[in-house]
Amino acid sequence: MKKSKNNLKEPFVRIVKRDNIKVQQVILIYVLAIICGLLLSSLISVMFSQKGLDDFFKSLFTGALGSERKIWLLLQDTALLLGTSMALLPAFKMKFWNLGGNGQILVGCLAAIACMFYLGGKVDDSIIILLMLIASIAAGAIWAVIPAIFRAKFNTNESLFTLMMNYIAQGLVSLCITIWVKSGSGVLVPIPYGNIPDIGNKYLLPIILFIVITILMHIYLRSSKHGYEISVVGESINTAKYVGIKVDKVIIRTMILSGAIAGLVGFVLAGSVNHTISTASANNMGFTGIMATWLASFNPLIIILTSFFITFISKGMVEVRKTFMFTNDSISNIVVGIVYFAVIICSFFINYKLVFRKKEKEEIKK
Amino acid sequence: MKNLKKVLAVVMAIALIVTCFAACGGNENKEPETKSVKAALICLHGDSSTYDKNFIDAFKQACANKGLTVDDYTIVTDIPEGTACYDQAADLAETYDIIFADSFGHEPYMIQAAKEFPNVQFCHATGTKAHTEGVANYHNAFASIYEGRYLAGVAAGLKLVELYGDAEGKVSDENAKIGYVGAWPYAEVISGYTSFFLGAKSVVENATMEVRYTNSWYDEAAEKTTALALIDNGCKLISQHADSWGAPTACEEKNIPNVSYNGSTVEKCPNTFIIASKINWAPYFEYAIDCVQNDKAIDTDWTGTIATGSVEITAPGTAAAKGTQEKLDAVIAGLKDGSIKVFDCSTFTVDGKPLTSFIADVDDAGDFVPETEVVEKSGDITFVNESAKRSAPYFNIIIDGITAVTE
Repeated sequence: MKKSKNNLKEPFVRIVKRDNIKVQQVILIYVLAIICGLLLSSLISVMFSQKGLDDFFKSLFTGALGSERKIWLLLQDTALLLGTSMALLPAFKMKFWNLGGNGQILVGCLAAIACMFYLGGKVDDSIIILLMLIASIAAGAIWAVIPAIFRAKFNTNESLFTLMMNYIAQGLVSLCITIWVKSGSGVLVPIPYGNIPDIGNKYLLPIILFIVITILMHIYLRSSKHGYEISVVGESINTAKYVGIKVDKVIIRTMILSGAIAGLVGFVLAGSVNHTISTASANNMGFTGIMATWLASFNPLIIILTSFFITFISKGMVEVRKTFMFTNDSISNIVVGIVYFAVIICSFFINYKLVFRKKEKEEIKK
Repeated sequence: MKNLKKVLAVVMAIALIVTCFAACGGNENKEPETKSVKAALICLHGDSSTYDKNFIDAFKQACANKGLTVDDYTIVTDIPEGTACYDQAADLAETYDIIFADSFGHEPYMIQAAKEFPNVQFCHATGTKAHTEGVANYHNAFASIYEGRYLAGVAAGLKLVELYGDAEGKVSDENAKIGYVGAWPYAEVISGYTSFFLGAKSVVENATMEVRYTNSWYDEAAEKTTALALIDNGCKLISQHADSWGAPTACEEKNIPNVSYNGSTVEKCPNTFIIASKINWAPYFEYAIDCVQNDKAIDTDWTGTIATGSVEITAPGTAAAKGTQEKLDAVIAGLKDGSIKVFDCSTFTVDGKPLTSFIADVDDAGDFVPETEVVEKSGDITFVNESAKRSAPYFNIIIDGITAVTE
């Protein structure tokens, strides 16, 4: 300490807010974070098995891109996650913490499956599909609008409310399966009616659908009056009130939109992907979607990249688990967690930089 | 500019790595496959589920016994009962010769994959459709686990006598109440708890049993709360057909004896573990792998028994009644020589009357219409011949003495 010529104590390292950061630097930080995360994960994986580092990276890539089917699946699942993120995005921009994505997808899925179950074979498939579409969107919207109304009218905590709605949705699915499956096995076999016909191949529909929705969402948030209102409410509710925006109306309207898109994801899951339902049908996308949305700083176009990245890692990790024969999910959860953690923590380095003591002289010279 | 160079360097380095790996992958695919058999197992959960762990352990053992090295087999865990199962099976079919799946809900997707890859064998545990589906490379398997359950029930009965029996070994009605945590009101579960109950009843004649369902195959919290609710409701012993540690740990907390399933729970529950029955899948895995190795056809429906080593009962825990092992040895001998039948119609009644005919839904066409008579006669014994018409259980009658609460 005494060595310092100034009277002020100069720490070894200081954290300084970055003023303007170049796009190249942002990309560099992300790429480094991903590499660090993957390296750390691979080391841990290698520690717990007899395989080598090269096996880890080879499996990671073959798991996601190893065959034509895998590439299509990667794109399809990216699209589904993208769709979920688009459902969450408007709510999050409004700072309405919608943690109920899973539940909204699930009721959308359930509504579609109910149409397939009760109408299958009795009316034409095209009518069933149309009804499924309407029912799914309506169910998702209803599931989302209930917490929105309570938030708008009674100022209840929307995070807890939407979270609890997830459990109710799961219970509802469980109840329906109990009623529908007469053998009591709790497993609903795929329903051959109301299946959305393939366009080209069975993976293409969700991909096209959710890319279109992403573009529409981008325009909606950026260029429409609604989109502007959402961002004002998100910045400050008081400002919004002051400029004459009806906050209640915006919250309710936006959540209807949010739930409707989640319901649409459920519709695709029921009609195109699974043709059946279980309590795990939402595949936890309601939460993974939050990560995709946050990582992209609420930019719809960047969400395409983050959804792809998250899906890539999870697909790759399935293959890694297979190669390394990790039958315990804890190890693979740690490994995936580290990758995500590295990516999330790097946002710190985008907002701040570390300044070391040796730079002192240069600063004095200036 | 400097930064741009850095970015470029990193991007190029990554591109290099990727192309390297891609190249490696490409070369490997060109190598011709040797005649050796490659086997894969698809599991619903990882080894934190007792049900899946039972499969995983058996699979590793069977592969080792059949001379498969670590490179010849693989295990894929946490594959949900949906299209993901088909995707995984189809993917594995490109490299593996025989693919097993362990969960009931995997069945339609295994059949779908089997139709697409006729040269690969698909074996599905607990399924019901192989004998009606007519897909040559699709097979079902199960075990006569009702025999194991019966033995576990005998051990449970002995424990009740030790705890509450009077001088003559009689147990009061109040103390003869058993609780059972079931997964779903499904034949596999009903057959399991009925055989368990009949085992207990063979020792404690006035035994009754309360069954509650969790409506989930794996829900640790629900299984635990259900077990606690049963204990609060006066059950003196608990058993379960569910895949988590929920019920055993609840019993350990409340110091209520527990009869387990799928494997011993003695490590975590040393004071209350009585005994556990389980299906050892290793004999089936070995049989099926052996068939592929020798180009033989695999049975459409394969039912393991005590004799094949598929039905196992663990050693009694320290909490078990004295003399349990001796009694069980005698019952095992009886089951083997046919003098004891688990579903012996003279030992139970349905709605107050003995069972003389039972039409079961053996052909699972999705209509839930029963079509096959399964009550048979062997010597003097009239009995329900479980797991004989197909490997998966079909006994789904609630017999007198059991109250099943469907929620």
